[in-house]
Amino acid sequence: MVNGSEVDFGIGTEEHQVPPSETLADTLRERLGLTGTKVTCDNGACGTCTVLMDGKAVLSCMTLTVECGGRRVVTIEGLRDPLTGALDPIQQAFIDEGAFQCGFCTPGIIMSAKALLLENGAPTEEEVKEGLSGNFCRCITHYQVVRAVMAAAQGGE
Amino acid sequence: MAKEYRYIGKKVPRRDAVDIVTGAVNYLDDLRMAKLLYGKVLRSPHPHALIKNIDKSRAEKLEGVKAVLTWEDVPDWRGGTPGMTRILDRKVRFVGDAVALVAATTEEIALAALRLIDVEYEVLPAVLDIEEAIKPGAPLVYDEFEGNIVPPEFPLFGPGCLTGVSMGDVAQGFDEADVVVEGTCGYQNLPNAIPPEPPGVIALWEEPQRVTIWASTQAPAVDRMILAGVIGWEVDLKVLGHPVGGSFGTKIVVWQLESFACALSKASGMPVKMVLSKEEHLATFVLRPESRMNAKVGMKRDGTVTAVSGTWLVGTGNHSTTTQAQIAVGCGEIQLMTRCRNWDLKSAIVCTNRNASGSVRGFGGQELKCAFVPILCLAMEKLGIDPLDFIKKNFIKPGDGYFWRDGSWYQYRGIDYSPAMDQGAERFGWRDKWRGWLRPSSVNGPLRRGVGVGVHGNADIGEDVSEAYLRLTTDGTATLFSCVTEHGTGQRSNYLKMIAEVLGLPLEKISISPSDSTITPFDFGPVGSRGTYAIGSAAIAAAEDARRKLLELAAPLLDAGVEDLDTEDGMIFVKADPDRCLPWIAVGHDRTILGYGRFEPDFTLANCMTTFVEVEVDTETGKVTLLEVVNATDAGKIIDPPGLEGQLNGCLGAAGIDSALFEETIVDRGTGRILNANLLDYKWRTFAELPVIKNVVLESAISSHRFRAVGVGEVSTAAGPTAILMAVSNAIGVWLVEYPVTPERVLAALNRVAGGPQGGAA
Repeated sequence: MVNGSEVDFGIGTEEHQVPPSETLADTLRERLGLTGTKVTCDNGACGTCTVLMDGKAVLSCMTLTVECGGRRVVTIEGLRDPLTGALDPIQQAFIDEGAFQCGFCTPGIIMSAKALLLENGAPTEEEVKEGLSGNFCRCITHYQVVRAVMAAAQGGE
Repeated sequence: MAKEYRYIGKKVPRRDAVDIVTGAVNYLDDLRMAKLLYGKVLRSPHPHALIKNIDKSRAEKLEGVKAVLTWEDVPDWRGGTPGMTRILDRKVRFVGDAVALVAATTEEIALAALRLIDVEYEVLPAVLDIEEAIKPGAPLVYDEFEGNIVPPEFPLFGPGCLTGVSMGDVAQGFDEADVVVEGTCGYQNLPNAIPPEPPGVIALWEEPQRVTIWASTQAPAVDRMILAGVIGWEVDLKVLGHPVGGSFGTKIVVWQLESFACALSKASGMPVKMVLSKEEHLATFVLRPESRMNAKVGMKRDGTVTAVSGTWLVGTGNHSTTTQAQIAVGCGEIQLMTRCRNWDLKSAIVCTNRNASGSVRGFGGQELKCAFVPILCLAMEKLGIDPLDFIKKNFIKPGDGYFWRDGSWYQYRGIDYSPAMDQGAERFGWRDKWRGWLRPSSVNGPLRRGVGVGVHGNADIGEDVSEAYLRLTTDGTATLFSCVTEHGTGQRSNYLKMIAEVLGLPLEKISISPSDSTITPFDFGPVGSRGTYAIGSAAIAAAEDARRKLLELAAPLLDAGVEDLDTEDGMIFVKADPDRCLPWIAVGHDRTILGYGRFEPDFTLANCMTTFVEVEVDTETGKVTLLEVVNATDAGKIIDPPGLEGQLNGCLGAAGIDSALFEETIVDRGTGRILNANLLDYKWRTFAELPVIKNVVLESAISSHRFRAVGVGEVSTAAGPTAILMAVSNAIGVWLVEYPVTPERVLAALNRVAGGPQGGAA
């Protein structure tokens, strides 16, 4: 399941099949056109490609698609309410706080924050910083991001 | 005048806000296109070698390969300043230099093809150190550059382009000084700004010579100009700018990657995408120039600088595109922070067998100051001068003058930034924490705290030309045509705010064109700190021009003079009698009104950033922890509060303050290889290690454009590194003159005999 829809691929080396070596990031971006998931390091170091798998944050550049059978994957495109189109409270909080600059790392940060809040609905500021410490951002939006995540957590109570 | 702005200074979501938080922004690598090929580069394992033989036949036979190019195949395209660097050459000049190019139907096939190219090299002796490079007998990176010295001219800045600072009589200046110090300091750790989005391009070459470039670049019009200089002005070249996933100045120099993609597209007849991997980005893309200075400074007891002489060596790596410009701007900036009548400062650009240097936030001034300020500090220490007092006394004041990049003399008509410095000092608690040179502000067992302060200012806020069109549609909407991409500052949204104020329109009625070089007028782009004043002025002027044309059309209909009219929310009315009004459409539903705005360069204003830092040094482990940063500036009228906060917080990353703490590109001096070219080994600041940042922003009325604002974003990185060096030196009581202050360096300094400047104070 990706963003609530059933996705089924054969495994193999034919053009329509997913090779065993293909990463989830490539499958999402290149096969499913879900380019909201960005890739920075492709090496598990920067958190840019973070998606949710069964509610936990995973690095899609370090996850093989063959491992995803039977799992529920949510990407940044899947955060909006599917019926109303309303933004997730975290997305709205990022807009309210202006918690992005170039925006390239933002989807990954939002997905990490989503995983954090699913696990801990009322984190302390320190827990937010710890929870996002695997996410690379060079513009230094960290301060505004922490405020946004705290605001989303408080709004969600 | 007292009219309340609707949008300026208010927190308004950026135009691209929803797209950013939903992943809908299309960066370069997100573009999809039919028949797209993927381009890859075979790179040299040697820092300096001749290609004796290269065999591409096996690669060409691989199914899916559409083009393989070597130095023997490519057109004689050359870039750099001066234009000496062939896109592929028989000689490779750094580890990672391009040897061959492949375009194939998939990335995997392209990578596989690279492995099928056989290359025989004749390895040449390499030179990696700038001081070694200028010694007689050193290997020459280019036969044409004697002593590896690159010519200093930057044609765009004209024949007077600054290559140093020369005025007055330094001998007399040194005679007048109470103390004369001499020292050497380098900023040579090659911090990499590392925008998360890698450099990338798609090129489509259509015969005979029409080229379309989809580029991740800050400045499409400048990119077009640079690329045309490489592939030929006769080419019908169109550059389409896109949202940029971070640049920090670096994505101005992308002609190499673009020219590779052009060559591959020309050879294959199909569009070719080239996106660097992160490892290629760190190992082969442009870096900040390295800077090393030997200087002599004369100073009086009251902090007056009586003379400066010295030599500034700037390492540019295997070639240069903007280094000459960085030197010219840096030489201007050093005068903004050091009021002195007697100068003899010379520069030299040195090439070596490492990555090329390019433009990076701080553009020359940061490099120069990081090497120069520690030498100034030696003089301040001898005279017991508080560095805050020095900065306040020596930063440019109204009526002072300076030579700027074109070699002309300009008189400063901006404000005195002392009030911002004072308020920053108060917020930081400088007067309580400053205990004197080489003295910690507090000691707690092995933990010693120290404070430092740095300053940076730039008269680039009004550099270069911007133009804009503003189209009014009489249904009450407006469109800005501007060749400016969004690279993180939010400026594209800010121009809409400015236009909304001029036209009295709701923000949602105004849109902005793509940054397409075929439909927008020229713009030098959001480089340096020019976004707010220079580009903003063009947008404002275009809106004012369109507004005037609209009112001229309405005046006869309302039987009034143009000066008697105003417009608000799509209605035109007589100011004295607002009931006499018409909607815009009354001037004709079939009419388009086009305003044009142009900004001419103005080097008589400067911005200013003062950065205070407090660090804690663990003298047992050598670890330096940044505790607090206070940035103090005066931005004039604030346009976008969250955007400004983000830019100021940006002082840490992207090769700013952290370049003094832990960021460095480590080059193995034996093999020429970069040892930390990935995001695991290159150190970067995480969310878990955030210091306290406080930003003090004054809003004086600065004589820029009608909103009295100036840009300060770019300079936030530049004042910090010298402050860190100062703070750590104060904490441990020993001068540190090398960046970054790694635990090894701190411990080495502590193990030396106590005290005593290491910078060679005389």
